[in-house]
Amino acid sequence: MSQVASAGHHVDTGTVLLEASHVTMRFGGLTAVNDVSLVVHPGEIFGLIGPNGAGKTTFFNCLTGLYKPTSGEVRFAGELLPPQPRLVVRAGMARTFQNIRLFHNMTALENVMVGMYTRTKTNAIDAVFRLPRHRREEVESTERARELLAFVGLTASADMLSRNLPYGDQRRLEIARALATEPKLLLLDEPTAGMNPQETRQAEDLIFRIRDLGLAVLVIEHDMRFIFNLCDRVCCLVRGEVLVQGSGDVVQNDPRVIEAYIGSPAEELPSTKPATPEPGTEDGEGPADA
Amino acid sequence: MRVVIPDETKVRFRYPARAVGIAGAVAMIVSILLPWSYGSDALDDMTFYGAPSPLQLFFVILPVLALLLLAVPLVGKQRLGRWAKALAWNTSAKTASLAALGVVVVALAAIAIELGGLINVEPGGWVALVGAVLAVAATLFLPDSPEPTLDRLKSPRWLQITVIAVLMAVLLFTAAYALSLDDAGDFLVFAAFAVGIVLVLRQVGAFAWLGLAAANNNRVLVLSAFVVAFAFPFTQNGSDANMSIASQVLIFAATALGLNIVVGLVGLLDLGYIAFLGAGAFTAAVLSESAFATIDFHPPFIVTVLIAGTVASLLGLLIGAPTLRVSGDYLAIVTLAFGEIFRITMNNLDGSDGPNLTNGSSGIPGIPDLNLFGFDFGDPHVILGVDIGRFANYYWLMLVVIAMIIVVFMNLNYSRIGRGWVAIREDELAAEAMGVNTFALKLLAFAGGAFLAGVAGAVKAHHDVSVTPEQYVFLESAFLLAAVVLGGMGTVTGVLIGATILKLLPEKLRFFSDYRLLLFGLLMVFMMRFRPEGIIADERRQLEFHAEDEELATDVEEDLITHHAHFNPERKGFEL
Repeated sequence: MSQVASAGHHVDTGTVLLEASHVTMRFGGLTAVNDVSLVVHPGEIFGLIGPNGAGKTTFFNCLTGLYKPTSGEVRFAGELLPPQPRLVVRAGMARTFQNIRLFHNMTALENVMVGMYTRTKTNAIDAVFRLPRHRREEVESTERARELLAFVGLTASADMLSRNLPYGDQRRLEIARALATEPKLLLLDEPTAGMNPQETRQAEDLIFRIRDLGLAVLVIEHDMRFIFNLCDRVCCLVRGEVLVQGSGDVVQNDPRVIEAYIGSPAEELPSTKPATPEPGTEDGEGPADA
Repeated sequence: MRVVIPDETKVRFRYPARAVGIAGAVAMIVSILLPWSYGSDALDDMTFYGAPSPLQLFFVILPVLALLLLAVPLVGKQRLGRWAKALAWNTSAKTASLAALGVVVVALAAIAIELGGLINVEPGGWVALVGAVLAVAATLFLPDSPEPTLDRLKSPRWLQITVIAVLMAVLLFTAAYALSLDDAGDFLVFAAFAVGIVLVLRQVGAFAWLGLAAANNNRVLVLSAFVVAFAFPFTQNGSDANMSIASQVLIFAATALGLNIVVGLVGLLDLGYIAFLGAGAFTAAVLSESAFATIDFHPPFIVTVLIAGTVASLLGLLIGAPTLRVSGDYLAIVTLAFGEIFRITMNNLDGSDGPNLTNGSSGIPGIPDLNLFGFDFGDPHVILGVDIGRFANYYWLMLVVIAMIIVVFMNLNYSRIGRGWVAIREDELAAEAMGVNTFALKLLAFAGGAFLAGVAGAVKAHHDVSVTPEQYVFLESAFLLAAVVLGGMGTVTGVLIGATILKLLPEKLRFFSDYRLLLFGLLMVFMMRFRPEGIIADERRQLEFHAEDEELATDVEEDLITHHAHFNPERKGFEL
């Protein structure tokens, strides 16, 4: 990938890439996401934090079409997002999964090439008769896939089955596969879960390089140091609701965020707790899990 | 067979064991010079002194192999050099002995059954049995050999190609010989011998080497396989009986290859696939020149084939569009029901309820032979002095059809479409989240597979002369699925082998008539227990069935890398 520019990044706050307004997701009586609104600008790294069960992944699923929000809408580059994962991908949003979901018995290269599905056009007739379009696309996508593997640092593992890759490499392969869909916005669901500090630093570096390609990144994370190093803006979700949203400093120093993660001293509980939604919205939240 | 003998015992007895084993092998070799059976009706007349019957001559290959494997190591490790480790000498001697024992037991049982009692077994048979038991017992006491490394020895290209060619020729004559065996006992003895040889070759390490040679000479292999298949009618001397079986095998195999797309590549379980073959056959039948055809439109066969395929794939779309949103067990039930609906509908389109399209249960008889470009498939003719009958014509036609199906299958498999299919099989949700249009791809697989089955059905209608609904019962769908699973889901070679076995065995084992299904049941149970990935394993599939086996995963990966099986567009698929 030659266009990796090291130039200082530029967040275009004038335009809006992703706009979620009043997104609510209910499962029966359980409100997993309640009236969440947020905006992501092009070239921005946006962090989504919150304790376990805060509804971060559910919100992600609403964005990427796996769930259809009960109410509210999601606009991407001004267009209303269709509630179908593959159309969301075509529109320019790609994601990774919290629990890695690679195609385990395909090689790393094949995994990335599957990601190119929406950007390639070979149809069954082209493939059956090996028409020029098929050959050209096949050569191009192989080349492009190798570039992407090189970009995430997996050149040597191209022909390895993805199930045999080390854990950290599997996470990076998932990112390469998502990048293969040529997204404008990359959604990463806990990209450093289970990584050691060194791997976390590499992941950080990788996300910066992705941002430098001109992509916006929306990242869910528990690792506070990681998130505040990385993100231009951060949103903290608690029990499905936006607790606070703003620059890293603002969120970091908000007492309510600290409270949500660590818990408050017992005697202060009744007074400082913000207006709580109905208690049934949490599914087993551990108080200090960051 | 796992007899645990302590290693110390094996080391202590290794010389006596080898000697006894050699004695056993020699006894078996000598036994073929003696009569095995009292009467000449049993097997292929094993009543002579000093004049072995063909089956005995085949049998003797096994003890000769055992003898070589036991005796050659006596020259010493130094002189064997790199060959000491290349072959699994002891283990394959054990396999050869076991295989020989198996053949002897089957042969003696056949003699006893066909002539009425073990009293009809002559000394030669007993000598062979004692020799085999001795050899098996002795080889159990030999230390196990390490994994053979034959495939790591460098071999020149010409040797690889020669071996492939010789193997293909052997295959041709074996197939011709096996088909010529009319007696169930003969066939079983020969089948036991063939299975034994395959097991010995595998144990010795020859298969690993062959696999590598085949991968290096892919084109030679494919070409020679087709030459051999093409040459097969010339070995039959105009006999229609065997050519009829052979052409049925090919029709069955073509249908199984279509099913292989749906089941093997996309991982959708279809239990009503025979309906698509039926749809093709009925379409060709009503459009044929038969006096009983119900539609007064008789296009040339080229057009009929396309219509038949299209009708079948439309049916595929019809059943697929509403049901492909469900998956797994639910899809299996829906397709099972669809197969039955098809058959019952064909039964009822007899004019009394609804239009008369199929003449109900009597079907459409008297379908004339195919006529392609003025060539009548019913005409026998003589080529190179050999009579070529009606069925041989259909056999060649189906060979061409199968070649086309294989090209379609491989080219789709190694393309964007095929990658999408495998991704759906691996993790449908992730595939959808990566932008793969899972619904459309599944529908394409369904319709495409159905098209291929429809084409095969159109030929089948003319081949069978008549088409009736009762040819397309659920059992046939089950057999198709069994052929795919038994042979190896997702592979071409495996499914061809599976289809051949499943179509050939019932024809050759008429002797067992009612017990045939029981035998198949047992065969499937054993396969699923010991080799769930099928006879030929698709590399990926194999991993799915042995998910916990890390060693296998590494092996497969090595294979993938050495065989260049990754997506290198220049090497995979067939050029047209």
